[in-house]
Amino acid sequence: MQTFIIRRLLAVIPTLLFTSVIVFASIRLIPGDVIDLMLAQNDISTGNDRALIEASLGLDKPIYVQYFVWITDILQGDLGRSLWQNTPVTEQLAATLPITFELGLLALMVALSVAIPIGIYSAMRQDTAGDYIARSFSLLMLAIPSFWLGTLVMVFPSVWWRWAPPLQYTPFLEDPLGNLGHLLVPAILLGLSLSAVTMRMTRTMMLEVLRQDYIRTARAKGLAENMVVLRHALRNCLIPVVTLIGLQAPLLIGGAVILEQIFVVPGMGLLLLEAVFQRDYPVVTGVFLVVGVAILTINLVVDLTYGFLDPKVRHR
Amino acid sequence: MSEIVLKAPGQRSAILTFHERMLREKPLGAIGGVLFAVFLFCGIFANVLAPYGLNETDMLRRLQAPSLAHWFGTDHLGRDVLSRILYGAQLSVIVGFLAAGLATAISIVLGIVTGYFGGTVDMVIQRFVDAWMTFPDLVLMIVVVSIVGPGVPQIVIILGCLYGIAGSRIIRGSVIGIREQMYTHAAQSIGASTLHILAFHILPNVMPVVIVLFTTRVGAVILAEAGLSFLGLGVPPPEPTWGSMLSGSGRTYMYLGPWLALAPGLCLTVVVYAINIYGDALRDLLDPRMRGR
Repeated sequence: MQTFIIRRLLAVIPTLLFTSVIVFASIRLIPGDVIDLMLAQNDISTGNDRALIEASLGLDKPIYVQYFVWITDILQGDLGRSLWQNTPVTEQLAATLPITFELGLLALMVALSVAIPIGIYSAMRQDTAGDYIARSFSLLMLAIPSFWLGTLVMVFPSVWWRWAPPLQYTPFLEDPLGNLGHLLVPAILLGLSLSAVTMRMTRTMMLEVLRQDYIRTARAKGLAENMVVLRHALRNCLIPVVTLIGLQAPLLIGGAVILEQIFVVPGMGLLLLEAVFQRDYPVVTGVFLVVGVAILTINLVVDLTYGFLDPKVRHR
Repeated sequence: MSEIVLKAPGQRSAILTFHERMLREKPLGAIGGVLFAVFLFCGIFANVLAPYGLNETDMLRRLQAPSLAHWFGTDHLGRDVLSRILYGAQLSVIVGFLAAGLATAISIVLGIVTGYFGGTVDMVIQRFVDAWMTFPDLVLMIVVVSIVGPGVPQIVIILGCLYGIAGSRIIRGSVIGIREQMYTHAAQSIGASTLHILAFHILPNVMPVVIVLFTTRVGAVILAEAGLSFLGLGVPPPEPTWGSMLSGSGRTYMYLGPWLALAPGLCLTVVVYAINIYGDALRDLLDPRMRGR
């Protein structure tokens, strides 16, 4: 187990390095005229300020020096300051990250509680009408854009019943019910779109497990079918499903960006979009970096959990 | 010359035979294929099919519910929604095919180079692909658009690179399998040049994977473009895209004309759904190894 953990940790290093290079390259790609635009938008136009912005973006030094300065700053927890609010980017991230995290967690709970039961049902009733309906539903959820579902949920209840989902954000600690009430609708929409892949995976794994010899043995010794499925099949089929949580992290964050915008959830997605429209590049790259590192971390944790759950992986 | 003439009808009937087989074995996939073809037809002939002009406004007919004159109703400027949907389909076809084509080309080059040669180049490129795939598509696109600005060429290049780099993994996987086949070793042993092997032995054998990849990418690209346009970062107005028809100023009027919220999303869903089931059927029939992935 120890070698497995060490090997997995070492494997993260090159990926992390490239991730930082991609984020760094995005800063370098910011063209000069954009800095002019930033200056115009910020209503500061003297040559001195231009140099100041270039310096704050680190554009006045050779590229490898810039990279090292940038990465050293990051390792010290300095992601620069917002050009608009003049607050540290880390402060803005600290305020928005937990909100997106909460939305993602709720969505994941919705996704799993929809996907796993339907996936099991679909596998146990393979090639019946129920199975076809479930599979069509999952393919449909893959095709429906979340922004359209979000729009429908905003428009139609309001037209038909004069009801609209709440759009006022309240912190969880101040008003837990109000907070959950606000996040519930976007979480359900996000969860439904995520459930499609998990459902297909659960179905495939369940079908595979149900054909194993130990399932036949369990049935042969006269165990009730419920027992066979819950005790013997489900446990084994859920191990690969765990990796899906890691694979879905990018989808989760990507989906959160759109739904946060529709439902005015002040999370990282909304922060990113506002920063993009204001051309607040330190914030854009800050979010970009945090998203990359967060997903790498989630994948690392999932892989380690997987190693813990499945002895075959551990001893490979 | 005569050889080529003889070959052409044979090839066409092969495609036809293949789709007949799909109709028998994967009827749902065949339905998807037909819907996909209808979408292509609408996109290509939008100018002829659209009953009204792209930006033809009629203030006397603002926010009219669907009727015989306006099948999908009119918007807040009195523009015919059906016509705008058709022009939107045209844009989706253009962006979808160009970006998916570019993505597939990038995937082929990267996949073949890394899969066939292996070694350090493969290792370094794969670590880059790992890092690249770490970022959510949408976040990566938003960041790049924020730098290069919105517009059709930018969107095509961004989506092409985005899906191209990620898709190279799939091509690489199948190239590695082909590299170890007897016929590849035979070609190597008779002294065929690397370029010859890549062009005449590797490429033709990854084609089934390439066709499936391209088809599914068209759907993914259309959905991604719509998402970007919805956020106001896609193809800029007044071009009607399905994504932008659901956002922006039109959003305020949806409460007065709910049909405005229906048509673009429904078309998007049907098209992507059709492409997905057609792609699934293609994959099952062309490349059994990818089944269930």
